[in-house]
Amino acid sequence: MRGVRSVDQVGAEERAASLAKRSIKKASKLWALDLAIRCMDLTTLEGMDTPGKIAALCAKGIRPKPGDPTIPSVAAICIYPARVADAREHLGSSGVRVASVATAFPSGQSFLSLKIDETQQAVAAGADEVDMVIDRGAFLSGDYQKVYDEIVAIKEACGDAHLKVILETGELGTYDSVRRASILAMAAGADFIKTSTGKVQPAATLPVSLVMMEAIRDFVRETGRPVGFKPAGGIRTSKQAIAYLVVLYETLGPEWMTPERFRLGASSLLNDVLMQIEKERSGAYQSMDYFTID
Amino acid sequence: MAIAKRSRTELATQRFEYAPAPESTDHVKIEKRYDLFIGGRMVKAHSQKRFPTINPSNEEKLSEVVEADEVDVDRAVKAASKAFDSWSRIGASRRARYLFRISRILQERARELAVVETMDGGKPIKESRDVDIPLSAAHFFYYAGWADKLEWAFPNVKPRPIGVAGQVIPWNFPLLMLAWKIAPALAAGNTVVLKPAETTPLSALLFADICMQAELPDGVVNILTGAGKTGSLVVSHPAVRKVAFTGSTEVGKLIQRSLAGTGKRLTLELGGKAANIVFEDAPLDAAVEGIVNGIYFNQGHVCCAGSRLLVQESIFEPLLEKLKIRLGTLRLGDPLDKNTDIGAINSKAQLEKIAGLVESGVEEGAELFQPECKLPERGYWFPPTLFTNVSQSYRIAREEIFGPVLSVLTFRTPDEAVEKANNTPYGLSAGVWTDKGSRILWMAERMRAGVVWANTFNRFDPTSPFGGYKESGYGREGGLHGLLPYLELS
Repeated sequence: MRGVRSVDQVGAEERAASLAKRSIKKASKLWALDLAIRCMDLTTLEGMDTPGKIAALCAKGIRPKPGDPTIPSVAAICIYPARVADAREHLGSSGVRVASVATAFPSGQSFLSLKIDETQQAVAAGADEVDMVIDRGAFLSGDYQKVYDEIVAIKEACGDAHLKVILETGELGTYDSVRRASILAMAAGADFIKTSTGKVQPAATLPVSLVMMEAIRDFVRETGRPVGFKPAGGIRTSKQAIAYLVVLYETLGPEWMTPERFRLGASSLLNDVLMQIEKERSGAYQSMDYFTID
Repeated sequence: MAIAKRSRTELATQRFEYAPAPESTDHVKIEKRYDLFIGGRMVKAHSQKRFPTINPSNEEKLSEVVEADEVDVDRAVKAASKAFDSWSRIGASRRARYLFRISRILQERARELAVVETMDGGKPIKESRDVDIPLSAAHFFYYAGWADKLEWAFPNVKPRPIGVAGQVIPWNFPLLMLAWKIAPALAAGNTVVLKPAETTPLSALLFADICMQAELPDGVVNILTGAGKTGSLVVSHPAVRKVAFTGSTEVGKLIQRSLAGTGKRLTLELGGKAANIVFEDAPLDAAVEGIVNGIYFNQGHVCCAGSRLLVQESIFEPLLEKLKIRLGTLRLGDPLDKNTDIGAINSKAQLEKIAGLVESGVEEGAELFQPECKLPERGYWFPPTLFTNVSQSYRIAREEIFGPVLSVLTFRTPDEAVEKANNTPYGLSAGVWTDKGSRILWMAERMRAGVVWANTFNRFDPTSPFGGYKESGYGREGGLHGLLPYLELS
């Protein structure tokens, strides 16, 4: 792992900053906002999550704007394992997927047997996708083998469920580590790599995302296996979401602009996107009173 | 319970494409014709000759300017001589105040200047907006700071101004080159007669307006439009005491010959054929960005452009693959569009020169690569171009192309990289890409180039001296060193 090619911090940050200056207007903006919804993992990860909260979130995810069928559904609802059964019930055959975090989210500081068990139970309860966290303690102490083996074990526990591997980049310290962890996770079988839990600051950033996407690009070149990307944490505005889509478009290309290969993890982004779509269509901003708070 | 069906949209079947995002030009007023800026105001020229300045992206005429003649040049130099007496004595802190004022107005009028620069020269608005104009303002700001500190900067030698400076600048960074020339000259207490390039006179004429707005004393700055003839009249005028030229090596040599024996001071900033050297341990994605920035920035109309890529053979394939994919994402088109990466070639003559050299590359046996790229029908355009299988002896590896054309060569060892990089008559800049700090220093010691960039390229700052070795010229602009050509030290 120490032989993985390095990342230049200044270069990565400059490139990300220059892409963030792309001006996305009119038809391209509407397209991007539509995609942002289609790729969204609408998330709630709180100690206070209840069956009622999950029901409301599922309804919002299926029909983000009641009465407006031109607004698509989100990709998935992302929740704690204990709430998977609730979500499964409310989403049914709507096509919106259930994503469950697992492996002692968010710290990952627990026993492998418990993590495997948690994953299996979440899948049994109806999770289509599992968002695991890597063992940062092992990664930062240089025990890459342990991190790798754990991802392999969880991948196996997932069965048919898709595995997203959260690197928690805010705890990795350098872009070099982010790149290393990305390659490690992909080599171990990740279907997606994901930036953050949202519980640690900084969460997703544009340069970190660029570095992860470049790692994906190199991995695909080596192996031919496409891996998806999910930034999560701190993405609250349409403008931010569009910046991620621009970096995606200019790094991995149009083939990645689909929910099968890209997700946006967000809890409060959806209404801002809906508001911007309305603004783009009608030319005026509407009051937040016209958007449902779920 | 009833479960709603997933909603799908029509957009899901379409592909992503950036909609046009042109910068507005409503706020810019370009006059139909311009006079000359002499003695603090726009005056009618003696010369009856005028020529159009066009927008190279659509060949439309923007305005008409004067081709200043001998009488006009004489008037301008006399105005500058007259102004020199008072300007050199008004007190350094007052000079500083004018320069700060100019810097501030440049910032205030940044949008207008960026649009004019892009319309007149063809460069992408994102570059004029983010590079040319902010750096121009920064130059004035930086040299304003030196104006009243010259005796501390050069202790025990009593720094004094020289007199009238004749300055001739190129078309690749019109306003920025003006700032590089005028700011240090004025800070040191000189007055100037400046001739902007034939194809890009408009930002200099706007600068004349800024001088008036700043209430700069009459005659301190004079701006004469014209072509090569006017430029040679400026540099050969007997009352001009100092000449500064940025442009081609060919013209630079002519000027140097013509000034021999006159006692005039001269600095030259000429061509380049910089090597951008990528070692096998380099961060490749950053290197790709640096290579692109090195040669495709401003359509390659950059004297310090990294036009020769030297790649360590062990990473040739992955690097070239990445580079070719990256070229495919460059957006060529309307320079006023905020998403444009590659704008128009500055002039028809330059386009022909680029095309001719590219043809010679193909004929000599190099392998040409150009991404799929639709060129607009009107205007002067050249796609980003890359040559592999290039030998050191090919013209494309030796001559300055001054266009978006990269020649790729390989090396095996650091010694070979040094040897190949220095094997050129030029020596303006070089780039080194490696993860190893000690190798950066080792390379920098051995590069015969005025600027060596490490893990970056085409990065400019007013505090950093810039200039060449060998046929790339002499004298430095920027930094403390940039004041020296404009001072008498005794």
